[in-house]
Amino acid sequence: MNKRFERAIVVGASSGIGAALARQLAGQGARVALVARRGDELEKVAEGIRTAWGSDKAIVRTNDVTDVDAASTLFSELVEELGGLDFICYAAGVMADVGPDEYPTDKDLKILQVGLSGAFAWLNPAADYFQKQKRGAIVGIGSIAGDRGRRAYPSYHATKAGFATWLESLRNRLTQHGVRVTTIKPGFIDTAMTRGMDGLFWVKTADEAAASILHAAQKGKQTVYVPARWRLVSLVIRSIPSFIFRRMSI
Amino acid sequence: MDLTEIAVELDREGIGASAETLYGWGRSTHSEALVVRPTDKDTIRRVFELAEKHGVTVGFRGSGCSYGDASQNGDGVVLDLTNFAKVRSFDESTGLLVAEPGVTLEMIWRQCVPLGWWPPVVSGTMYPTLGGLLSMNVHGKNNWQVGTIGNHVRSFELMTPRGETLRCDREQNADVFHAAIGGFGMLGCFTEVELQLKKIWSGRLEVEAIATANLREMIAWFETNKDDFDYLVGWVDCFPRGTALGRGLIHAARYLGEGQDDQAKATMRESAQDLPSRILGVMPKNKVWYLMRPMLNDYGMRAINAAKFWSGKRGQTRNEPYKQPHAAFAFLLDYVPDWKKAYGPEGLIQYQTFVPKEAASDVHPRLLERCHKRHIVPYLGVYKRHRNDPFLMTHAVDGFSFAMDFRVTSSNRNELWQLCRDMDEIVTEAGGRLYFAKDATMLPRTAETIWGKETIERFHALKRRLDPNSRLQTNLARRVFPGWFSS
Repeated sequence: MNKRFERAIVVGASSGIGAALARQLAGQGARVALVARRGDELEKVAEGIRTAWGSDKAIVRTNDVTDVDAASTLFSELVEELGGLDFICYAAGVMADVGPDEYPTDKDLKILQVGLSGAFAWLNPAADYFQKQKRGAIVGIGSIAGDRGRRAYPSYHATKAGFATWLESLRNRLTQHGVRVTTIKPGFIDTAMTRGMDGLFWVKTADEAAASILHAAQKGKQTVYVPARWRLVSLVIRSIPSFIFRRMSI
Repeated sequence: MDLTEIAVELDREGIGASAETLYGWGRSTHSEALVVRPTDKDTIRRVFELAEKHGVTVGFRGSGCSYGDASQNGDGVVLDLTNFAKVRSFDESTGLLVAEPGVTLEMIWRQCVPLGWWPPVVSGTMYPTLGGLLSMNVHGKNNWQVGTIGNHVRSFELMTPRGETLRCDREQNADVFHAAIGGFGMLGCFTEVELQLKKIWSGRLEVEAIATANLREMIAWFETNKDDFDYLVGWVDCFPRGTALGRGLIHAARYLGEGQDDQAKATMRESAQDLPSRILGVMPKNKVWYLMRPMLNDYGMRAINAAKFWSGKRGQTRNEPYKQPHAAFAFLLDYVPDWKKAYGPEGLIQYQTFVPKEAASDVHPRLLERCHKRHIVPYLGVYKRHRNDPFLMTHAVDGFSFAMDFRVTSSNRNELWQLCRDMDEIVTEAGGRLYFAKDATMLPRTAETIWGKETIERFHALKRRLDPNSRLQTNLARRVFPGWFSS
C-alpha cells in the first residue's frame, strides 16, 4: 500500500502531531474530520485547512474522548459525512505532572481514559468498519515511553505500553482483511506537552513527525519510531536487566 | 514647463535646487528632476507658488524607498523632505509622537525604544520617512493584527499646492484624512504627523521559526496560528515546483509582556538593537553586496535559496522560542547594505499582490507557476497576512500578500513586464490588489479594476478640490492615472 488517503479522521487534532497530521492529509488531497475536546483550537486548525485547500476539506466535531459512549455514533456520522473512510489516527493523549513520591489515582485514571479508553471507543468502530470494507489504515500514536516502565510517569508508561499491545492485537486480527495498523512511537516532539521541558534531545517538530507518520501509514508499516534512531535506543533500553534498570535514574 | 527659470528663481531666493537623476529603490526606473530639499513649511509653500507661476509639476520624495517610480517626477520638481525632519514632541507617558515628515523610522526607534516605545507598524527597512510611510500607507509583518501605519496616525497637517494647511483626523477633514493616507502624494505635502507608538516591555521579541513544505502549507499555518502571534512573515523559495512549490520558512514573533524578560532594561538600550556590522563575524557587511553579484543569476539564486531553506529547516524551533531584538526582526532588508546593487545595472522590481483569503491558495501558487512557465523565477518571495482598512486607495485586503523580487535585465525586460500583465489578470479576477509602494508595472485598466471607477473618481474629486491645476504629479501617477493629467 502506498496510496494517498482520501477520507480521514484524526482524533486529537486540535494541536501538536494531530493538527499537523490533519494539515498534511488535507495537503495530500484528503477530506479530514478533526475531532478534539477544545473546539476553539480545533476550529483554528480547520480554518487553516479550509483556507489552504478548500472549504470542503475539513469537518470539525468537538468530543471529549473520555465520553466513550459518544464515540461510536460520532464515528458513524463522520464516515457518512466524509462519504467513506480509509484512514483514522488516534492522537489524543495527556501527560500529567506526577511527582516522584506521588501516587495520584485521579491523574492516573485521566491518563488512562484519554490514552486508552478513548482509543478503544474510537478505533473499535473503525476496525469493524475497515474489516468489512477490506481496506483501511489505523494509526495509533504511542510513545517510546511505553517501551519500559520508568520511574517518571507510571500511568503514562503503562497506558502507552497497553496501547501498543492493543494495536498489535488489532494488527494481528486485521492484516488478513487488508487493513493496516501502524503503531507510532515518537521520541521528543515539540508540542504543548513538551514545550519548555529540560533535557530533551533529538527533538522533532510536529510537522516533521506528521510527515514520518503519514509516510509510515502509506507504506503500511507496523511499528515506527520517530525519529528512527529511537528504535536502537529502545532496543538497548529494553535489554537492560531489571535489577540494573531500577538503579538507573531514568 | 520651465525648470531652468524656476531653478534660477529658487537660487535667487536662497533656496538650493539641483538637477539630479533619481532612482526608485529597485533601481529599475530613473528620471531627471529638479530637487529641492526644504527644511520648513515656508520653503515648501514657496516652491508651490513658484511651481504654479512657472507651470511646473511637483512630486514628493522621502528616502526613496518605493521600489518603482512613486517618488520620481521626471522633468519636474521633486521636494525631497528628508531634511524636514525634526521630532517636535514625544510624550513618554502616552507614546504620542509629533514629528515632521522627514523623520525616519530609524530616528523614531532610536529615540523611543529606550523609553519603552516602538513604531506600531514598520516596513522591512528602517529608512522610510513618515511622509513616505503615510503616502503609501505602509504595512508591516503585523498587518492582520494592527492594520497599516494609517491606523495609528492620530492626525496630520497637510499643505495643499495652493499653500493652505489642513489639519486632518478622523473627525476633522475625515475625507482628506482617509484619502491622503495611501494617496501616493497626490493631495498635498504632510507637514506634521501625530503618530501613536506601541508600548513595549522588552527590547526583544520571542520568535519561532517554522519550515513549510509548500505555499499552501504556509497559508494553513498562518491561518491556524495567526491569533497566537503579533508578527508573521514567510520567506518563500520560489524555485522548486510540484509538491514543493512555494516551500519556505515562517518567522512568527510575539511581544514580551511586562516582567517576561529578565534583561528588559539592557535590551531596550539603543545599542542592543543595532544590526550586526559584520556578516559571519568577519566580513564587513557593506562589502557583501559585491560578493553577492556573481550569484545573482538563476543558478546561483537557486542554490542560495535551497541552502537557506534546508539550513532553516534544520534550525526550526524545536523546544524553546528564541529572543531577537525588534530591529533585527523587523529590518531584514538592512542586513546587507546596498544589496540591491548586486542585481546589476537594471536593478529589480518587486511585484506584490494582495489577495482575499478565500482565493489566495489558488491565486498565489498560480502566479508562481506562471513565473516558471515564462522562465522568470523570482529570486526572493515574501508572504504576509493582511486585513482591510478604511483608507480610500488602500492596497490591503483581508487575505494574504505575496511579494516577489525579479531581477531586471535588458534581455528580460519586455518578457518580465508581460509576465506582470499576466499576473495582474489572475490577481484582479480574484479581487486582489497591488501596492503603489512596490509598483513599477501597473496599467491604468488594472488600477480601474482594482479600485473601481467610483473610488478612483472620489479620490480624483478630492484631488481636483485640493490641487485644481494638477500641480502634484509623479511618474507613477502619470503612468497609472494618465486621464488626470491630460489637458
